[in-house]
Amino acid sequence: MIQVKNLTKQFGDVSAVNDISFEVKAGEVFAFLGPNGAGKTTTIKILTTLLRPTKGKLRIDGLDPITQQNEVRKKFGIVFQDQSLDQDLTALENMQIHGALYHVPRKLLKERSESLLKLFELWERKDSLVKTFSGGMRRRLEIARGFLHSPKILFLDEPTLGLDPQSRNQMWNQVKNINQTEQVTVFLTTHYMDEADRVAQRIAIIDHGKIVATGSSQDLKEQTKTDSLEGAFLAFTGTTIRDETANAADQLKQVAKLWRR
Amino acid sequence: MGAIYILWLREVKRYLRSRAQIIASLGQPLLYLVVLGFGLGSTFEKAGGGSYVQFISPGIIGMAVLFTSIFSGIALLWDRQFGFLKETLVAPVPRLQIMAGRTLGGATVAMIQGTLVVLISLIAGLRPVSWTGIPLAIGFMAAIAIVFAALGTALGASLQDMQGFQLVMNFLVLPIFFLSGALFPMNNLPTALKIVTRFDPLAYGVDGLRAALIGGGYFGIAFDAAALAIAAVVLLCLGAWRFSKIEI
Repeated sequence: MIQVKNLTKQFGDVSAVNDISFEVKAGEVFAFLGPNGAGKTTTIKILTTLLRPTKGKLRIDGLDPITQQNEVRKKFGIVFQDQSLDQDLTALENMQIHGALYHVPRKLLKERSESLLKLFELWERKDSLVKTFSGGMRRRLEIARGFLHSPKILFLDEPTLGLDPQSRNQMWNQVKNINQTEQVTVFLTTHYMDEADRVAQRIAIIDHGKIVATGSSQDLKEQTKTDSLEGAFLAFTGTTIRDETANAADQLKQVAKLWRR
Repeated sequence: MGAIYILWLREVKRYLRSRAQIIASLGQPLLYLVVLGFGLGSTFEKAGGGSYVQFISPGIIGMAVLFTSIFSGIALLWDRQFGFLKETLVAPVPRLQIMAGRTLGGATVAMIQGTLVVLISLIAGLRPVSWTGIPLAIGFMAAIAIVFAALGTALGASLQDMQGFQLVMNFLVLPIFFLSGALFPMNNLPTALKIVTRFDPLAYGVDGLRAALIGGGYFGIAFDAAALAIAAVVLLCLGAWRFSKIEI
């Protein structure tokens, strides 16, 4: 369903993603794990046509996201890591815009908006402006919106960041549900190893723009002789904290972006 | 088409909801009309120019449309920072349609704003020569709105952060306004100024509005309309091109 070969993305001199290759099979739940700044979001942005890669060959359901952008966009849905709602509109209006952009038929749009907003306990606040929502509510709305249309592939970029355990549980149940009933392929990133362990059939670990391990949770534990996915993750990626370097890289990316224009 | 409509509707809804902003944004045109209109009125009249309020009203209407439409385009920057832009860019909708929806929405908002300034001008002392000029004036308002909403989109798509915004304001938006002849007559200008004003699309917009509302006009209505049409085509193409290049 997703094929990536020798993908590289450079921002100036910095390689955010360095020659990675992997494959996600149809109907699979695939977790892409890595410390901050490892290249997860960059990879997702390239797969979802928001960024053009420096090098590499990509296929999404047989289509090329560089040359067949619009066809590729029909195949996937995405929940972004950071906010992507219109804060000056209501929850329901945000759902309606999404429905119109993804050509969801009107009647279905109404039904699904209602059931999803109820599922994520936002129905009572459907006519409130998003700017009056708390962080958790916004997150829930983003997720509800992501499930509004039925794509073939669903990208989830750290979807549970800042969610309470109840909403997390609700959201992963929903993910499992559409994966099983509609055979939606799921590509997710998260910092919560227990989540990846629970839902993902296969896991890739990326660090410094390189994939350092791939396999099922069981494989990774066996390879590192650890008894938890978290242990395996730390064994592969080390225990140094990455925030500092990640921020510097981010700044560099910003500067590089500015100068390119 | 659904995408164009929903993005158009979004712009209009956001505008109608920001009541405080609507009122605040009427303050500036009002200030120009009242303070300049009456402050310079007697001098202008002595020089044989007739009523100054009458003269600058079309210019101030043009200014209101210019500011509103160009800022609605630059609002792309906010959408980039607050993330909503991503939501539209990954959707299975050609970018041209997304740009069209946003631009038409911005142009509509600018026209509403322009219409409000027309009403204020009428209260301040604008007396249209004939009521048949009103539809023509609306046509020119629409043309100005589309030209500058497209320019705003091109700018919003090219700027990366808010720092560029000040630059655009001081070196583009204000010159466009001041060089348009909104505040002074076009005849008897020094040659250099005369040449520069010829490249300002707003000059043709203001001239058209003036011809429609108070009669006269410098370039002639047909010429104004043609110049605005050319500017619209060029800037829409520029906007579409810049928009298609956005990476996040």
